[in-house]
Amino acid sequence: MKRRKYEELFFRLLMVVATVFVAGSFFLIVGTIFYKGAPYMNLDMITKTPGGGFYIGKEGGILNAIVGSMYIAGGATVLGLLISIPVAIYINMYMDGKTFWANTLRMAFDVLFGIPSIVYGAFGFLIMVYFGLRASLLGGIIAVTLLVIPILVRTLDEVIRTVPFELRDAALSLGSTRWEMAKVVLRQIRPGIFTAILLSFGRAIGDVASVLFTAGFSDNIPTSLHEPAATLPLAIFFQLSSPVEEVQGRGYASALVLTIVVLIITVLSEVFIKRFFKHKI
Amino acid sequence: MANKPHISVQELNVHLGNQHILNDINIDIPNKKVTSIIGPSGCGKTTLLKTFNRLLDNSDDVKITGKVLVDGENIYDPNVEVTHIRKKMGLLSQRPYPLPMSIYDNVAYGPRIHGTRKKQELDELVEKQLKATGLWEEVKDRLSGSATRLSIGQQQRLCLARGLAVGPEIILGDESTSALDPVSTHIIEDLFMQLKEQYSIVLVTHILRQAARISDYIIFVYMGKIIEYGPASEVLQNPKEELTKQYVKGYIT
Amino acid sequence: MLVLTLASVSVLIVIGIGLYYHSMPILHKLSLSDLLSTSVWKPLKGLFGFYPFIMGTLWVTGISIIIALPLCLLTALYINEYAPSRIRKVLTPFVNLLSGIPPVIFGVWGVLFIIPLIQDHIAPHFVSFSTGYSVLAGGIVLAVMIFPLIVSIISEVLRTIPQDLRDASLALGATKWETTRKVILRKALPGIIAALVLAISRAFGETIAVLMVCGNNAVVPHSVFDPGYPLPALIANNYGEMLSIPMYDSALMFAALLLFIIILLFNIISRVILARLERKLAS
Repeated sequence: MKRRKYEELFFRLLMVVATVFVAGSFFLIVGTIFYKGAPYMNLDMITKTPGGGFYIGKEGGILNAIVGSMYIAGGATVLGLLISIPVAIYINMYMDGKTFWANTLRMAFDVLFGIPSIVYGAFGFLIMVYFGLRASLLGGIIAVTLLVIPILVRTLDEVIRTVPFELRDAALSLGSTRWEMAKVVLRQIRPGIFTAILLSFGRAIGDVASVLFTAGFSDNIPTSLHEPAATLPLAIFFQLSSPVEEVQGRGYASALVLTIVVLIITVLSEVFIKRFFKHKI
Repeated sequence: MANKPHISVQELNVHLGNQHILNDINIDIPNKKVTSIIGPSGCGKTTLLKTFNRLLDNSDDVKITGKVLVDGENIYDPNVEVTHIRKKMGLLSQRPYPLPMSIYDNVAYGPRIHGTRKKQELDELVEKQLKATGLWEEVKDRLSGSATRLSIGQQQRLCLARGLAVGPEIILGDESTSALDPVSTHIIEDLFMQLKEQYSIVLVTHILRQAARISDYIIFVYMGKIIEYGPASEVLQNPKEELTKQYVKGYIT
Repeated sequence: MLVLTLASVSVLIVIGIGLYYHSMPILHKLSLSDLLSTSVWKPLKGLFGFYPFIMGTLWVTGISIIIALPLCLLTALYINEYAPSRIRKVLTPFVNLLSGIPPVIFGVWGVLFIIPLIQDHIAPHFVSFSTGYSVLAGGIVLAVMIFPLIVSIISEVLRTIPQDLRDASLALGATKWETTRKVILRKALPGIIAALVLAISRAFGETIAVLMVCGNNAVVPHSVFDPGYPLPALIANNYGEMLSIPMYDSALMFAALLLFIIILLFNIISRVILARLERKLAS
């Protein structure tokens, strides 16, 4: 009996240690970034674009990258929504949500969700070559849109499924067409749509491999879709590759900026998810 | 009562969160008899049963005060070893829950945990309990097959055999025939009548006919309180309390 | 709407075809077995041996799974089986927040924390010299990246196991750990495997974080302290020169195709397992 008790205690301890490691790694990572990045952080970083010689230690900031990332993430999210909302509605309303085909489609999107961003980047690059586009804002948006569509479809799908059948039936029985019913459902899940937007934006802004080939890089804020655009992750990467310590430090600060932005987005989306599902149950 | 009560509940109060589920329960469960707990749904019958083997401990936010004495020992005493208490009781749930292993391993699960290792001993134990629940002939050729392939009635009997294998003194049944067809139900009820010669049996049921058929004693629980208690025939046909009268009305007429 | 749906899904097929089409030149020049098993990588001479990169990917992924799977299994078990609900509510968000951190940040952390850790504290016990840039670093960083994935899938699977089953085991006098080990783990096994497969597929494809810490040296690693050069890093690092050297773009597209196929396969296997689990529960 004693042996059993000790066994129980031992594994309990082991589990707690493992949990501390896993949950604590979040703090470790964010903490390290803050610790190393904060000393180099100043207002210039987020309000100026790189001056000449930024990468060897002279003036400037990463405004180009911040804006570039915002454009790309925003553009991809909008474009992605335009495609994903009809798709999610179609799967749930027109294909009646539970049939074999509907589930196969869902699985297909799940699989698309699992494809690494570098494949989307390579594919986006192929598309650009095919259409004769150069590395540009447009290219970046295309590649990231591809990346983001499965995320949106998945989230929207889950959210639409929480709308009870009765609501849809009620709308139909009042004589509305399927499309009008879809509009009702959409209004119902508005917070869910917002969550999907947040999730997709968060993913889009931090991803590197998809924009690596497709968006190029520039020290300026792009003024047209055909200009190359800087992105935060790439800016971080380039700064870190510099031999100058000052620039490396600024790289850490850029990482800090990105981390803060993404954390805010993630926390917001968690709050929204909780609020949304609370009303449903 | 002629013999000493097997379980004695004294001033038991159970709170789950903000709700006062069981209110000042004082009851004795007689030795080697079948006692049925009846009452409307949600009134605390199952909760009362679960206090007997301390399965309630696992629920979140539960507060238990009072004593539950089994063979004179308070099972809620802080020094008590919970697994030891649970060994004394066999539990049969509403739906059968065979463990994800073979038929043989299901029955041998309990004994193995408590130290029996020798193959021969286990073999004998498994055979004995499967025979006791009438399953032996049906499964003796496929003991290593998965337990989930049995029919529901067979699964429930397997769970009973599993529970008996650890050598309990008390059998607890939580509406244990409500998921079964009439034939399986009858088999299990007969088993209970046979087993009461060796074990004390406490059953929760909402089927009055079943309570009448097999019980020696009946406890009527309503809104977490014990309203009436006594020999089965008396409670069902000559209830003293008004609430009891109303509840068993359906049976008498 | 139907058109849009079908179009989106067919992206899957189009990607596959596109990558294959662009890999064809190199597949024509060198046989598949040559490509996969030789180690010489000299694009200027037209020699493309993918072996070191495949091995690099395998080493890094392998290390990450060895680290992550036990830790996450224990964590998921603790959170779902043992932790009181108050602690559970606090812990779960932090594991989820981890999944929101962009890969490049993991890479920065790897450079700031893991590399010095290996170079100064771990490697000296084992080898004479190491820069810290190694498959071990890649494996550790990757492991932390897949923590939330494994924990969340295993947690979901654990939540579907009915409490009554645990009660049945406990009622027989088993301790909580005995119940966990003998009943719960057995019931959750398919789900754990699905989580494992999914985690592998995620680890295979991760690019930037690993790239920043693994050394990018095109040799076959022989120990965890050796540098490595996984496939995604290969593609990412060389896309710039891709168009100027003949066949280079085809070679890189082939690498992308390899990744795509392997990940696709793993993904489908894992989803099928999970779908079958779901169906079993519904019945």
